[in-house]
Amino acid sequence: MDFTVVLAQIKPKLGCVADNMVLVEEQIKKALSAKADLVLFPELALTGYFLKDLVPEVALRLDSPEIQRLVKLSGDISIAIGFVEVTDDYRFFNSALFLEEGAIRHLHRKVYLPTYGLFDEQRYLARGQHFRAFDTKLGRIGLLICEDMWHLSASYILAMDGATTLICLSSSPGRGVGGESLDSATAWQQLTSTTAMFLNCRVLYCNRVGFEDGINFWGGSEFVSPSGESIVRGNIFVEDLVTATVDEGSLRRERIFSPMLRDENLFVTMQELRRIERERGR
Amino acid sequence: MMSGLSANTVLLRQLLVNFVRDEVHKVGINKTVLGLSGGIDSALVAFIAAEALGPENVHAICMPYKSSNPDSEIHARLVAAACGVNFEVIPITPMVDAYFEIFPDADNMRRGNKMARERMTILFDHSALLRALVLGTSNKTELLLGYGTLYGDMASAINPIGDLYKSQVWQLSEQMGVPSEIIQKQPSADLWAGQTDEEELGFSYRQVDELLYRMVDQRMNRKELIESGLAGDFIDSIYYKIQNSHFKRRLPVIAKVSNRTIDRDFRYARDWGK
Repeated sequence: MDFTVVLAQIKPKLGCVADNMVLVEEQIKKALSAKADLVLFPELALTGYFLKDLVPEVALRLDSPEIQRLVKLSGDISIAIGFVEVTDDYRFFNSALFLEEGAIRHLHRKVYLPTYGLFDEQRYLARGQHFRAFDTKLGRIGLLICEDMWHLSASYILAMDGATTLICLSSSPGRGVGGESLDSATAWQQLTSTTAMFLNCRVLYCNRVGFEDGINFWGGSEFVSPSGESIVRGNIFVEDLVTATVDEGSLRRERIFSPMLRDENLFVTMQELRRIERERGR
Repeated sequence: MMSGLSANTVLLRQLLVNFVRDEVHKVGINKTVLGLSGGIDSALVAFIAAEALGPENVHAICMPYKSSNPDSEIHARLVAAACGVNFEVIPITPMVDAYFEIFPDADNMRRGNKMARERMTILFDHSALLRALVLGTSNKTELLLGYGTLYGDMASAINPIGDLYKSQVWQLSEQMGVPSEIIQKQPSADLWAGQTDEEELGFSYRQVDELLYRMVDQRMNRKELIESGLAGDFIDSIYYKIQNSHFKRRLPVIAKVSNRTIDRDFRYARDWGK
């Protein structure tokens, strides 16, 4: 089906859940008045990114008033949003929720926690264990959080699981000013475009902006068509509200035109991966 | 020049202007104060701050000592006029001379450090007076080499150019319209008449930036650096400078006693709650 999505390219305040809730609700209102069917928020939209020892202070249970408030708001519009989740056994996850019709449709816990260069996620957070596509009223969706997408297997699994839309929520720090555009932006644009093209999926990428301790988040949220073409892209560095119209026709036509995904041989892939797993275990 | 040192100055300008605006406004302040020496680094920072906050919100202070080159104040004035920021001259001769009356035998290094720290106290006093954040003006080249005074010119609240090599400072200054007199003159700490950085350091900024870029940013090892055409003893002397000035780039070392020691296992971003 055709639908309208709003990518809320916001600037969360570090460690201030209440302020960020206000910000998020404002964007939801704007998305509603744009008659959108879906609104996306960045990774860790409710908390900010470089949390370090703040992780336990800002973490929310799924039954917390904040999450329940968002669940309620999803009665009018579908919502995907990132936050820190705490479980009953006190593990903390970099999580994302897909909310729809007043219910939690899907919970994704970030599997690949970058811990290199300027990143230190695995020091503070527990790793997710699943990539699962899920059905929504907007079609079958796969949800990724930032670094997850840099692992080909993640998007591949979601596409094989039937997702036609890949959503990636991101807090991507900008770096590299030697080229035509920011190096991180160029790298991400190649990644989203190539992923869309290889898997004949549309990609919705929502990144944040603002600074934390001198590190900028570059924005550039975008909608990439299943042919890998960037249809609409937000500004870099500044807050933006990107509205995209996602049409079923271009997905249908792309899947007829380049049916690579149809021809993908899951049997061969699994056979070889099992062999590699066996050989590595020896 | 290698592509890594040549910057997309349009993008860089946008990034640094946003940085100053965002990091200043988020602490509930809209003003900044900086020392304007007449050199290129502080000139560039003044231009960035003027664009980020409006020149009326930037307070530049020129703090000459009696031995400073008179051209320095003229150049500082020129920069302030070119970017429209507020400008004030506060000579440090009385305070510095009063101190060294007690230590007449002090060498150039002690005198230079004292002057740098005298200027720092004036900037931080004006920070309180004007409710303005102190802007740092140390570039990546001098920070890595340790070519600066700890708690002197290295002290600031935020520094927009600390990740820019001197070669990149030159490029961005051209792009932002810093007066050409400032861009073309020999870099100098202006501690004594006729002093130039490159003479004191014993190599040119362009040479050392090439080395630092390959060694620090590209993480080339010694063998790869030599293969890329750099001399072994130059590589070793710069490596030694970086290592031996590392204390200047860190907080003071705290003896660990508890389970949560500041900056060791008590870790929060500085922008905590901002």
